[in-house]
Amino acid sequence: MNSAHYQVLHDTHYKYDSPVSLAQQLAHLWPRRSPWQRCLEQHLVISPTPTTRRDELDVFGNPLTRLAFERPHDELQVNARLRIEVLERPRLDFNGSAPWDEAQHRLTYSASRMAPDILDACRYRFESPYVHLKQTFVEFSASCFPAGRPLLLCAQALMEKIFEEFTFDGEATQVATPLVEVLETRRGVCQDFAHLMLACVRSRGLAARYVSGYLLTQPPPGQPRLIGADASHAWVSVFCPVLGWVDFDPTNNVQPALEHISLAWGRDFSDVSPLRGVILGGGSHDPEVRVTVMPIAM
Amino acid sequence: MPDLLDHYPLTPGTYHEMLDASGAVRPHWQRLYEHLQRSTPAQLIQRQALLARQIQENGVTYNVYADPKGADRPWELDMLPHVIPLEEWQPLAAGIAQRARLLNAVLADLYGPQELIAEGLLPAELVFGHNNFLWPCQGVKPPEGTFLHVYAVDLARTPDGRWWVTADRTQAPSGAGYALENRLIVSRAFPELYRDMQVQHLSNFFRSLQETLARQAPTSHEAPLVVLLTPGRFNESYFEHLYLAGQLGYPLVEGSDLTVRDATVYLKTLSGLRRVHAIMRRLDDDFCDPLELRTDSALGVPGLLQAVRQGRVLVANALGSGVLESPGLLGFLPKINEHLFGEELLLPSIATWWCGEPPVLAQALEKMPELLIKPAFPSQSFAPVFGRDLSAEDRQALSARMQARPYAYVAQELAQLSHAPVWQGEDSQLQPRAIGMRVYAVATADGYRVLPGGLTRVAADADADVVSMQRGGASKDTWILGERPLGSEPWKNRHSPGVHDLVRRDPYLPSRVVENLFWFGRYCERCDDSARLLRIMLTRYVDGDDPVALQAAVELAERLNLLPLQDEDEPSELHERLLEALLGDDWPFSLRSNLQRLQWAASQVRGKLSRENWQALVELQREAMSLETESPDFGELLDFLNRLVMSLAALSGFALDDMTRDEGWRFLMIGRRIERLQFLCTTLAAFLRSEAVFHQDALDGLLELGNSGITYRSRYLALPQLIPVLDLLALDDQNPHAVMFQLKLVARSVKRMNEDFGVPQDNSLATLIQRLSVFDLGCLEEGLFGESSVKAALDGLADLLQTIGETSGHVSDRLALRHFAHVDDVSQRTVSV
Repeated sequence: MNSAHYQVLHDTHYKYDSPVSLAQQLAHLWPRRSPWQRCLEQHLVISPTPTTRRDELDVFGNPLTRLAFERPHDELQVNARLRIEVLERPRLDFNGSAPWDEAQHRLTYSASRMAPDILDACRYRFESPYVHLKQTFVEFSASCFPAGRPLLLCAQALMEKIFEEFTFDGEATQVATPLVEVLETRRGVCQDFAHLMLACVRSRGLAARYVSGYLLTQPPPGQPRLIGADASHAWVSVFCPVLGWVDFDPTNNVQPALEHISLAWGRDFSDVSPLRGVILGGGSHDPEVRVTVMPIAM
Repeated sequence: MPDLLDHYPLTPGTYHEMLDASGAVRPHWQRLYEHLQRSTPAQLIQRQALLARQIQENGVTYNVYADPKGADRPWELDMLPHVIPLEEWQPLAAGIAQRARLLNAVLADLYGPQELIAEGLLPAELVFGHNNFLWPCQGVKPPEGTFLHVYAVDLARTPDGRWWVTADRTQAPSGAGYALENRLIVSRAFPELYRDMQVQHLSNFFRSLQETLARQAPTSHEAPLVVLLTPGRFNESYFEHLYLAGQLGYPLVEGSDLTVRDATVYLKTLSGLRRVHAIMRRLDDDFCDPLELRTDSALGVPGLLQAVRQGRVLVANALGSGVLESPGLLGFLPKINEHLFGEELLLPSIATWWCGEPPVLAQALEKMPELLIKPAFPSQSFAPVFGRDLSAEDRQALSARMQARPYAYVAQELAQLSHAPVWQGEDSQLQPRAIGMRVYAVATADGYRVLPGGLTRVAADADADVVSMQRGGASKDTWILGERPLGSEPWKNRHSPGVHDLVRRDPYLPSRVVENLFWFGRYCERCDDSARLLRIMLTRYVDGDDPVALQAAVELAERLNLLPLQDEDEPSELHERLLEALLGDDWPFSLRSNLQRLQWAASQVRGKLSRENWQALVELQREAMSLETESPDFGELLDFLNRLVMSLAALSGFALDDMTRDEGWRFLMIGRRIERLQFLCTTLAAFLRSEAVFHQDALDGLLELGNSGITYRSRYLALPQLIPVLDLLALDDQNPHAVMFQLKLVARSVKRMNEDFGVPQDNSLATLIQRLSVFDLGCLEEGLFGESSVKAALDGLADLLQTIGETSGHVSDRLALRHFAHVDDVSQRTVSV
């Protein structure tokens, strides 16, 4: 079976203008296990030493690290070091997937007992903090969802549509840029495209989740791989009855396979942000984030 | 009195609370009706006026966002209670208690195994689609399995006389405090009736609430500290939060008063952090923790959920309980109750169809003109709409919207509300109004206990069939008649304190409150200073007979930054500048701006001020805001300044005579003193450096500014001269308007405070007292070394006074830094990708 090995470095560095007297941080930096991914080694190097640290699973089953810092500090460094093996996933016949309208029907309340996989999928069917459902998303994606078309073909068409009609632009948006604005300007980054795809799928009563992770990028031909030149990545996973969850990367118009490393999934970015917290004091601050994804020969 | 029912319209097909179908007064209304019949219109008008006055005096308000009547609108209360006989109440109360138990069980399932969804008894859409279903709360088990500590239900009575549920309130039900306040006021308006009709008391309900929170609060054997968490003074029912906190004996706190360390919640007080064991929240659950819940919340306590999860603090109602506030659930509850408890649900709810099921949607669309269409979730930007009010086009648009996301819509039958009489003062008549009733239940060790009473809400207009406090409309007290259980009154804490429990200070005074008391003191004094100086200028300006004295006052005011400077390019008339200094909204140092800051500080410490004190402030503010800025009358303005100075004197009287001498008071007083000391020093220094220093009228103005004219005249029986004026205003340690007097007081207070808080002493003020006391006014007597030496001596005194002013400013900054620094620290969110 085909597989790939990676070393991932994900360094976050906050330098504060004024001392932070109290800080609480939630980290989603440890990869979750899945049938196509194993974590062989993981370290989290944190400075200053946190007053408390707890490692647990969040409500969506992702590894979560809770950190509290109760002594004044001027900077915070959280460095993740991972070694991961990604395995090939089974190929699916998109033509054989259920028609999207039938899938929608299967997910809709019917006053009868629900199968566990359907119940689980329902967690990812509705509005979430970054994904508001609006008629415009139904209209935007109308051409991808003709009646009766197999769901996975619809999702593929939607992924292509977003890829073709939108421009990747790191300057255009921030974490809080509303989706309608992204739709308007047709610009954004991978989080925006993932959220947009989620909004289109969920606006039709279907289920889709946000996947946070990394992507192997190729350095320009003839140049060495630069440390810290990569970034964290995001894509979506669409629920298809019987077949289960299938990943789509609208930023690159590909189906994630051996070059995508998953960290965590949730309803949207807010559930699985790599590192977020609340600090007391600190003044202005901008994190410096450096990500490196290196293939390792086995 | 003529027959009260002469002009009383009876709407057919409506249940009437007071009259039966034949128009006869119902038996349980008889006593009250006869009482009204015997009263003269004048008596009733007087009684309603008494009610209104009590509401005004108690400061009962309901804050309606964007209300033209101003931020705080007086609570409206009808004199006549809503009366319900015991035999009718008992089954209703049983139904409410049963419903509370059911909703608590539903919450336990949703935040636990979620079997109701898996079984198909509850649609996933209504739960997971609701913005108050808080995933991070999944798996949290509250003490005794209680999610709903307080539950409220909105009821309406249909023409057949039955009560129907129109809505469930599970988040942080409001109104119980208003119900209690209504009771206090109405029972005083009808004392004999209240006694004779054996109206059930409300007290046990609140006692049960205290007992439940105290029992369930996790403690290590210490007495639990329970706080009431409010979103703050802009919330519509802030008055109620204040009132309930006072009645229940819980400190009223805002999110920033609390901090979480090591999964434990603490209250920040002046004497350090105090562990909080239970929080009764009036803040919506998703706002409660910006770390794990709504990350854009500025109102919550970061880390609160983790403290709850680890069982370190009780939050009532449980975080996440808001998910049950969806009209979509109503139709599913009867089956769930049968499933969970094998019982039929006693209380019917108004016919409601959740559109998430295709056949239901089809029906709702077809019958839309007869229905009320509501959003299923509070996050939707969609206001409830009556199908009958829609044009064909609008109906089409709404249908499309509903078809696109059917599960987000609910169709409801129109609730036909019953009518109850309200007293119309203008025409001395009774008039029927639509009413709805909110009733409360509290969790106790033996199940839910229902408040025997409630908040009856009255529609605003005669033909309105919607009751809502936000849309205007009044309230009524609710009287449940019947035998009173023994020993239910008076309401006191069951635990009666012994000698060992005596407390001489408020141990839970939040630092924020103390800081605002400090600023309250400073702004009181600042407004007083500014009003006096403006009064001096205005008097001289209006009199117009002494240009030198006017000029001296104007220059002084400019130096003190109490009068805007002339704009070089655009010279303005003096009266324009005076107006700007008084009422300018754009000039940050205007008297009106300072009054607003005073009001702000006062509203932050309202719980510490007496009713009279607060009323005086409200009156001040009202008057300042009502002054005409366009074409003012200077005589009127002078009159205002006179009254203002008087009211400010009353405020300082309250502070001296009315407030407990606790730490908060000490900070208030030190704030006042520092402000006055600074003002006196800078004023005298500026005066000594001015041309007017020997001018008699200018000296007169200075005495007036220092409120020392009478003392001067009684001592010297002569026109003001520089040396005695300086003695009185700078060196006299018996005159509260003298630098020396205030300097010594500030030094003493700071010294005592530093001792109490174990802070190293600082001698800067003592040195200054020494330097000021050795200053020899004799060197101002001309002759010895001539005019130049007098000038030098004046400059020397001015420098010393300026140093005193600056040092007192540093003292103030140090106090703030030491005692309130953590108050100001701003929590902020961080996020990285």
